[in-house]
Amino acid sequence: MTIPVVEARGLGKTFGSGTEQTEALRGIDLVISSGDFVSLIGPSGCGKSTLLRLIGDLVSPSTGTLAVNGKTAEQARVDRDYGIVFQSATLLDWRTVEKNVALPLEIMGFGDEERSNRSRAMLDLVQLGMFKDHYPWQLSGGMQQRVSIARALAFEPSLLLMDEPFGALDEMTRELMQQEVLRLWDETGTSVVFVTHSIPEAVFLSTRVVVMSPRPGRISEEITVELPRLRNQDTREDARYFQLITEVREALRRGETGAGS
Amino acid sequence: MTERDEVIAETAATDVFAAFEGDLPAAKRWWSPRDLGRQYLPALIAFLLVILTWEALTRLLAVETFVLPKPSEVMASFFETASVIWAAGMRTLLEAVGGFTIGVTLAVITSLAAARWVGFREGMLPFAIAANATPIVALAPIFNNWFSITSPVSKMAVVAVVVYFPVMINTTRGLLEVEPAELELMRSLAATPAEVTRRVRVPRALPFFFASLKVASALSLIAAIVAEYFGGPQDVLGQYIINRANLFQFPDAWAAILVASILGIVFYLLILGAERVLMPWHVSLRASD
Repeated sequence: MTIPVVEARGLGKTFGSGTEQTEALRGIDLVISSGDFVSLIGPSGCGKSTLLRLIGDLVSPSTGTLAVNGKTAEQARVDRDYGIVFQSATLLDWRTVEKNVALPLEIMGFGDEERSNRSRAMLDLVQLGMFKDHYPWQLSGGMQQRVSIARALAFEPSLLLMDEPFGALDEMTRELMQQEVLRLWDETGTSVVFVTHSIPEAVFLSTRVVVMSPRPGRISEEITVELPRLRNQDTREDARYFQLITEVREALRRGETGAGS
Repeated sequence: MTERDEVIAETAATDVFAAFEGDLPAAKRWWSPRDLGRQYLPALIAFLLVILTWEALTRLLAVETFVLPKPSEVMASFFETASVIWAAGMRTLLEAVGGFTIGVTLAVITSLAAARWVGFREGMLPFAIAANATPIVALAPIFNNWFSITSPVSKMAVVAVVVYFPVMINTTRGLLEVEPAELELMRSLAATPAEVTRRVRVPRALPFFFASLKVASALSLIAAIVAEYFGGPQDVLGQYIINRANLFQFPDAWAAILVASILGIVFYLLILGAERVLMPWHVSLRASD
């Protein structure tokens, strides 16, 4: 039995103190195995981003235990076990596309040649090789986000964390990007935790959809997506795909009413 | 064709991104002669109109030379006394540039320390802001006393203090005004504080730094000339202007003022040029259309 990429037990997070306290997450049990593509879905305020940020050690848990690759989340961050893609591409304006992708490699102390080889290979992987000398502002939103994905994957992390990465994109671009992420997931063999509030997106991408409900944020259901590993535009017209979308939607509704009672 | 090949082929076929290449906004070529002409022509015309009106009005209203000399008289004096006023100008410029260099260097060191240590920043910044609001040139007589009135160092000291505060305050602000998302990205990469400073804070601070340098370049010449008014060697612009004015040689005084203006503009343009070389990514250099 291999060590799970993420293992959370009774994980909880409370922000603030005294009367200002907000309980963002309560009693999260979640296991993500190597190679999984797990989407966290739920209404706003359900703590799905907070859960992702706990895994990335951008915030610390208040209760429970969390292991990433069998280590503490902090150790995993220090070991650069994960790459992260935020909702905004967060590219550094003063760096060219190639230099942006090379940023993690610079910080990790890779040599000049290896750096440029790797960042060029990553840019080819996201099909932006010919834009390597452009500045971020010269690219469209979708292209910027692809650069940020290339940056997150540049050092071959075992885990990719994506926080609503396509939220700001139009529907057409979004569908292309989803296809692209699936291809990268397949080619790199990385595990993915993907936060979204789009039901079709979660179903199209994931091997497993984790449905969350708010006040306090918790996992209400988990749905295994029984679709072929490789998906394409035909998948979006598959009857099974629609069935799964309905299942997730109903799980979300059950979560909502459950929260009210 | 395997299933996987199909997926890849489909992705490639529907790849609309490739089509964007031709439409990408280009970096503006700020040195293009055509753009320069289009950009500065209105200002040039306005300048010539002001000079012509000035010349016409001083002639028409028979304004006395000691009140306001005609531009033609100033120009005549400018060429007649060229060797004297340019030599004086170079000495004043040396004071200005020397003081500027000292002031900017100290300001950058302070800013880096202020960005790094919260306690230092919170203890010092209120005083720096207060000091920035006081008329520091008023210290010139005291500095003349401290650093010997005959030495250019006393003038450089005034310039350095005048330049120090705006550069330090603005650079500190730039080092601290970093996008929270960028800090989070650096945290995810387990970057050290020194890495964050080098790769995020310093580049973010450059626009603030250069904005303050532009202000400081003008301030440095003003401070040098005002410091010269308080006494010292006679072969500098400030003393030359006072002496010629006392002798009612106003066109000479104006010609020296013209030299000071030219030096100030050249100094400013050099900083502008450095900014464009060091910050090719800057917003102001993007094509606007």
